Amino acid sequence: MIKPLFWVRTAAAWIVALLIFFPIFWLGLTAFKTELQAISVPPHLFFTPTLENFVEVQERSDYLLYAKNSILTSVFSTLLGLLIAAPAAYAMAFFQTKRTKDLLVWMLSTKMMPAVGVLIPVYVVFQKYGLLDTKLGLTIIFTMSNLPIMVWMLYSYFKDIPREILEAARMDGASVFAEFRHVVLPLGVGGLASTALLCLVLSWNESFWSLNLSSANAGTLATLIASYSSPEGLFWAKLSAASLMAIAPIIVFGWFCQKQLVQGLTFGAVK
Amino acid sequence: MKKLTARILLTPAVGSLFLWMIVPLVMSIYFSVIRYNLMSPGEEEFIGLMNYHFFVTDPGFWPAVLNTFILIGAVIGITLVLGIALALLVNDKFPGQSLVRILLISPFFVMPAVNALLWKHMMMNPIYGVLAHVWHFFGLQPVNWLESFPLLSVIIMVSWQWLPFACLIFITSLQSMDREQLEAARMDGANYVQQFRYMYLPHLSRSVAVVIMIEMIFLLSVFAEIFTTTGGGPGFESTNIAFMIYVQGLMNFDVGVASAGGLFAVILANIASIFLIRIIGKNLEK
Repeated sequence: MIKPLFWVRTAAAWIVALLIFFPIFWLGLTAFKTELQAISVPPHLFFTPTLENFVEVQERSDYLLYAKNSILTSVFSTLLGLLIAAPAAYAMAFFQTKRTKDLLVWMLSTKMMPAVGVLIPVYVVFQKYGLLDTKLGLTIIFTMSNLPIMVWMLYSYFKDIPREILEAARMDGASVFAEFRHVVLPLGVGGLASTALLCLVLSWNESFWSLNLSSANAGTLATLIASYSSPEGLFWAKLSAASLMAIAPIIVFGWFCQKQLVQGLTFGAVK
Repeated sequence: MKKLTARILLTPAVGSLFLWMIVPLVMSIYFSVIRYNLMSPGEEEFIGLMNYHFFVTDPGFWPAVLNTFILIGAVIGITLVLGIALALLVNDKFPGQSLVRILLISPFFVMPAVNALLWKHMMMNPIYGVLAHVWHFFGLQPVNWLESFPLLSVIIMVSWQWLPFACLIFITSLQSMDREQLEAARMDGANYVQQFRYMYLPHLSRSVAVVIMIEMIFLLSVFAEIFTTTGGGPGFESTNIAFMIYVQGLMNFDVGVASAGGLFAVILANIASIFLIRIIGKNLEK
């Protein structure tokens, strides 16, 4: 009796998933076409794939440089963020005071500040200190804009560590640092990983600051892709190849880490 | 001693966030009350609230405010409704479930700049775009999406990106539901609507709150999609506040007016955040 309904549901789920994924699939397909095939009407579904677009993207705009910038800025901003956020989250989770809640809310409220609201001052300061179009500048920005979320996430993870374990360690005379090193870090490593993953994804995809604060030197892949939005970039196959190279690493990364990412994204509130 | 340690551990985070917030804020306030155009240096002078006046009376102001609200509201609405529907659809076991999930969540990892170009050129182009082919297939005249429905086009792009996010969170939440309770309700003859109303929806309420909060934070500053597709136009039809400030500051070089706009955006965001954080705070404490 239940069977037909089951198959209808299965089919529906597959159709919806394929529809949602379709634009990415189409992008991938176009990346392996020649320019002529890319704009042919009706579209070619079967064709001999070519790699020339990828070669040309690299030659024309040095994809590898932008990719390197993306990797460096997202990795270093994540590390720097963890370095600042972890101690703070630890302090708030284990030395709670009446002000802890307010402090957390205040931190999150800095994330509510729209980036455009502070763009001009940041631009001016960066100009003054020579940070425009530098990897250091972007790393600082990425760190700061992710920091509130990192603190929240780590806080919610650390809070879940049973207090008894900590108290036992303290009874044994462990110092704060020994406690952090031997109890909190091992137990909170899942939380640290989720937090790091989310920050990597957010920094990798960050577009607003990269578009406005970087260009040829420190530009990330987002900057590279945006440069294709000009009329001269209207070579669809090349555009697709560049886009595919920009999103493929992080999509594959996301597939493997989806479970950790959810926990991270919801501050561990949804389990 | 304990207090001191805690304070030392907190200092880097609190200090850097404080700087990150207060320095731009003070600078914005200062810039917003002087005449400051990068194209005419040396003419800076105190002009009081004139910049605010210019910003608010700009012909693009009300459209931008309205568009900001429409964009946020529409995307949150679409992602919540479709996200819950999809999560329920893929919740029970079926062949290929994990692959379906992977396909479903993929758009979330697509960077906004790629998202925008992908839709602009490959999906919505009235001649070569996939949607044009679909329209032809049904014997209809293809739509020039970005020119005829600029705001709707942006809403579609942004929703495509955030639907997977909502869906992913709802899927995770549904998995923690009490199976036995659901079975019991089914045995007692609860139909699907009743199950949805009295079992699923209450269980999802917390993740709904989380989704609204996170999306709100990110959607307030939607920028790349507009920057790379419509450029805010035609006219002001797809300009939001974020894009308007960008135009004032970095295209018209009018730092004064842009700063006034920036402060306006900050105030708007904080009004929204007061409500949100209240709701979320209550929700997270449970």
